[in-house]
Amino acid sequence: MFRNQYDTDVTVWSPEGRLLQVEYAMESVKQGSACIALRSSTHAVIGALKRSVSELSSHQQKILQIDDHLGIGIAGLTADARTLAKWMRNECLNHKYVYGTALPSGRLANDLADRHQRTTQTYVRRPYGVGLLLAAFDRNGPHVYQTCPSGNIYECYGTAIGARSQSGRTYLEKHADSFGTCGREELIMHAVRALVGCVGGDGELTVENGSVAVVGKDEKFTLIEGEELQPYLDRLEMEGGNNGGGGDAEGDGGDDMET
Amino acid sequence: MSLSLQAGGSATRALSSTAPSATTSHTTSPITTGTSVLAIKYRSGVLLAADTLVSYGSMAKYKNARRLLPINSSTLIGGSGEYSDLQSVTELLKRNALEDRCTADSLYNEESNEECAKEVWSYLRAVMYNRRSKMNPLWNDLVVAGFKKNEDGTISDEPFLGLVDKIGTAYEDDILATGFGSYIALPLMREKYRPDMEEGEARALLEDCLRILFYRDCRALNRVQIAKVTRDGKCLVSEPYELDTYWDFKGFVNSKAGLGTDGGW
Repeated sequence: MFRNQYDTDVTVWSPEGRLLQVEYAMESVKQGSACIALRSSTHAVIGALKRSVSELSSHQQKILQIDDHLGIGIAGLTADARTLAKWMRNECLNHKYVYGTALPSGRLANDLADRHQRTTQTYVRRPYGVGLLLAAFDRNGPHVYQTCPSGNIYECYGTAIGARSQSGRTYLEKHADSFGTCGREELIMHAVRALVGCVGGDGELTVENGSVAVVGKDEKFTLIEGEELQPYLDRLEMEGGNNGGGGDAEGDGGDDMET
Repeated sequence: MSLSLQAGGSATRALSSTAPSATTSHTTSPITTGTSVLAIKYRSGVLLAADTLVSYGSMAKYKNARRLLPINSSTLIGGSGEYSDLQSVTELLKRNALEDRCTADSLYNEESNEECAKEVWSYLRAVMYNRRSKMNPLWNDLVVAGFKKNEDGTISDEPFLGLVDKIGTAYEDDILATGFGSYIALPLMREKYRPDMEEGEARALLEDCLRILFYRDCRALNRVQIAKVTRDGKCLVSEPYELDTYWDFKGFVNSKAGLGTDGGW
C-alpha cells in the first residue's frame, strides 16, 4: 500500500489534488461488511451482514439504535461508529430535553457529516474510518441518509455500503421504482434480498449473520434479529433466493477488516 | 443553538458602578418593566392581550412599547417584566427561527422545520432555567401561543398556550395571566371562560380585564394591543389602541378621607 510521500498527514495535498488519507479512510468503509438501507413512503429499513472473528465468538453488532425514531447501520471501523453513535444519542436526548420533541433526522445527518468533515482538515486528527447509513422516521416522513469519512452526505431512496455492496446496490436500483408503495413486510424482504447479494463466496444469509431494523409510521425503531428474522429467511428460501447473487465480481477479499 | 443568552439586556447592569470588588453582579430586580399579559384560548385559536406601557420604577416611561410579538410564522409570545430582557429573548427566538428557515433538513422536500409553539415554549423553559441557574435570570414571565404540530409535521387543530416564568417554571392552560393580572384578571377570566368562545366574546372579555387592570394596577395603561393566532397558522397583532374608561364610579369619586383612613382611595 505504498503510494507516496503525500499520505503521511490528513491535511496534505498530493500534486494531483487529492487527500490520500481521506481516500484511505473511504477504503476502510469498503472493507467493512455490507450494510444496506432503503425506504418506502411509510417506512425505512436497514439490513446488515454481521461478521464474527471465529466460529466460537459472537457476531459483531452492525445496527445501532440511536433514538426511538432513528438508527444507524455501519460499515468500517466499529469503534469509530460507536463513538459517533454515542454522540448522536446525546444529540437526540439533548434535543428532546430542550424542545420536547424528536430531533429532525436531517439536522442530525448534516451535523454528523460536519463532524466527519472536520477531521479531514484538522491537523493531528484522522478521518473516521466508517460509513454510516441512517434510517429515520420523523415529522417529514421516512429518511435514509448515507455518510462517508470524507464528509459527504447523500439522502437516498436506497443505498448500500461495505464489502460486495455493489450487487446490493444493483438490486436496489433495479427495484427502486416499486419501493414507494411497499408495505412494511415487502420492504423488509427487499432489504433481505439485497443483502443476500452481498454475502460472499458460498456463504449464506442466516439468522446468525443477518440483521435487519425497521422504523416507520406508528412503529418505533425495531431490530429484527435471530429467530425473528427466520420468517423472512424462510420466505427467501421459498423464492429460491438465498445466496442467488453470491458470485459477485468484487470477490472475497482476504484482507477484510473489522476491528 | 446555544442556551445561554450573551450578556444583554439587564444582565450586566451592576448595582453600583463604584464597587471596588471584581465580582460580577447580576440582575436582582428589573429596571424597565412591562406589566401583565393576558391570554385565552377560544374557538379558533388563541388570543393575547397586553398594554403598551413600559415603566421605569413607578414612572410611566414608554407608552408605546410592544410586548406582543410574533417570533415565527405561527407562534406569538407576550412578555412582562424587564423590557430589555424581553427584547433580548425575542431577538434570540427570531434568530433561531431564521436559522430554521434557512436550513433545509431534507434534500428531498423543502418543508422547513420551523418550531411549533410547544417547542418554542419548551426551549424557553430551558433558556430561563439555564439563566436562573447561573444566578443571572432573564427577568420575564413569558406567554407562548400557537398551535401544536402533528407527528407528520403539519399544524394540528389543537391550540397551544403555555407560560414560562423567570426561573423556568413552565405550564400550559386554557387561560393565562402574568404579573398583577394573575391576581386581578385571572379570576375574572376563569369565571367567564368557555372552550367554545367566539372571537368577539373572548376579545370583549380580554378588553374588560385590561380595563379593570388599568383601574387597579398603577403600572398599567389604557393603551393596549390584542393579538391572535388562528387555525390557519396566521399571527395577527393589532396596532395599539385606547380603551374607553369610566371614572365616575362612586368608589372612584369619593375619597375615603374622613373615614378613619389616610385620605387615599
